[in-house]
Amino acid sequence: MSFGIMLQQLATGMIVTGEIFFLTLLFSLPLGLLIAFGRMAKNPVVRSVAKFYISIMRGTPLMLQLIVVYFAPYYVFNLKIGSAYRMIAVILGFSLNYAAYFAEIYRSGIEAIPVGQHEAAKVLGFTKLQTFVKIILPQVIKRILPPVTNEVITLVKDTSLAFVLAVAEMFTLAKQVAAAQTTVLPLMVAGLFYYIFNLLVAFAMEKLEKKLSYYR
Amino acid sequence: MEILKINHMKKSFGDLNVIKDFSLSVREGEVVSIIGPSGSGKSTILRCAAMLERMDDGDLIYMGEYAAKSDGRVAWYQPGKELKKFHHYFGLVFQNFNLFPHYSVMKNITDAPISVDKVPKEEARQRARALLAQLGLSDKENAYPYQLSGGQQQRVSIARALAMQPKILFFDEPTSALDPELTGEVLKVIKQLAQEKMTMIIVTHEMQFARELSDRIVFMENGVVVQDGTPDEIFNSANERVRDFIGKFNA
Repeated sequence: MSFGIMLQQLATGMIVTGEIFFLTLLFSLPLGLLIAFGRMAKNPVVRSVAKFYISIMRGTPLMLQLIVVYFAPYYVFNLKIGSAYRMIAVILGFSLNYAAYFAEIYRSGIEAIPVGQHEAAKVLGFTKLQTFVKIILPQVIKRILPPVTNEVITLVKDTSLAFVLAVAEMFTLAKQVAAAQTTVLPLMVAGLFYYIFNLLVAFAMEKLEKKLSYYR
Repeated sequence: MEILKINHMKKSFGDLNVIKDFSLSVREGEVVSIIGPSGSGKSTILRCAAMLERMDDGDLIYMGEYAAKSDGRVAWYQPGKELKKFHHYFGLVFQNFNLFPHYSVMKNITDAPISVDKVPKEEARQRARALLAQLGLSDKENAYPYQLSGGQQQRVSIARALAMQPKILFFDEPTSALDPELTGEVLKVIKQLAQEKMTMIIVTHEMQFARELSDRIVFMENGVVVQDGTPDEIFNSANERVRDFIGKFNA
């Protein structure tokens, strides 16, 4: 097998990896904010539920969670699982898991904003929603960029876990090609791919940090 | 015309009885200073008046309208929607400024008029420029709070409060976070406002300033008013505690 053909095979996997990555961020970032609100809610029931959710998501392997999400419709609701559900289960599992981590990052950021910011906004007549969207959230985003970058970089590498549901992301393909051709070259290419992907992530996040450094 | 009237305010935090019984009435154009030792409840009064805290009992009346009314045991507040309009009557200047760090000076001042009061953008900006000129900050409209000295930040926060055109302005120890030089520039601005007959309540430890500026001074200790009188009455008080407290500052 020529190097060109191998790259072509891996390329289809790269697209799947990219899909898992972007869709997971798309769903988990807002969901995390929702869970963070639950975690900080005045209502003790809501607060406990959110806390329990986070502890389960952080306390069990993501691989196991993917399997549970995939098989739950069959075992719990007796539904037939189609092959299209594989990718959906991957996105669902990743989003539910990463949202828990993001929730705790959001919470740390929100709680770090001085209470005086809320009070100043209240005295000026801002509604709670206006206060959060205009005053609090922008400051939170600036503060949480470094830990969010960490999570996002981990996500790039975690996408390889999709293999447990037989979703052909790049690492799955690399392993198959490596086994079939008895060469480690595809694995080296895979490693390089993750590295470059993460360089780009780090570069983009650094840009964003710079953009928000106009104030302190 | 009475801008603000507080009748028999009481406020506890848990077991701590911060305000035991406090009444005050402020007429239009009047400057009232509240002085007294730390922990006497001075700031709590402003925070209750600005509705950052809810008093347990008492009446809170702005421009003759009840924001909260006592039934003899507890204070009943107007429902949220009604309560909103009371926010137009007052402004509050904090000890540590609480400017919005991600907003420029201009946006700090104009954001509330534009998004709360729906003032047209251009009008809000003109209003802000006039205030900045008045407070000696004309060259700072595009600066961010971290680029300003403490005194400048406090003047911006005064401008931010004034931009909402309140009927009464509360100052909660406005110079306590500032060194003597910066204190001077903030006090100058407050004096200027007093000359323009802005109605104000000032919680302060600046005794000479309170004396020069105030129409009335209220001396508080342990959640009660020890004496309420003109500056001359307070500074020549027959009350030993008041004399003692003021004497320490003059020493």
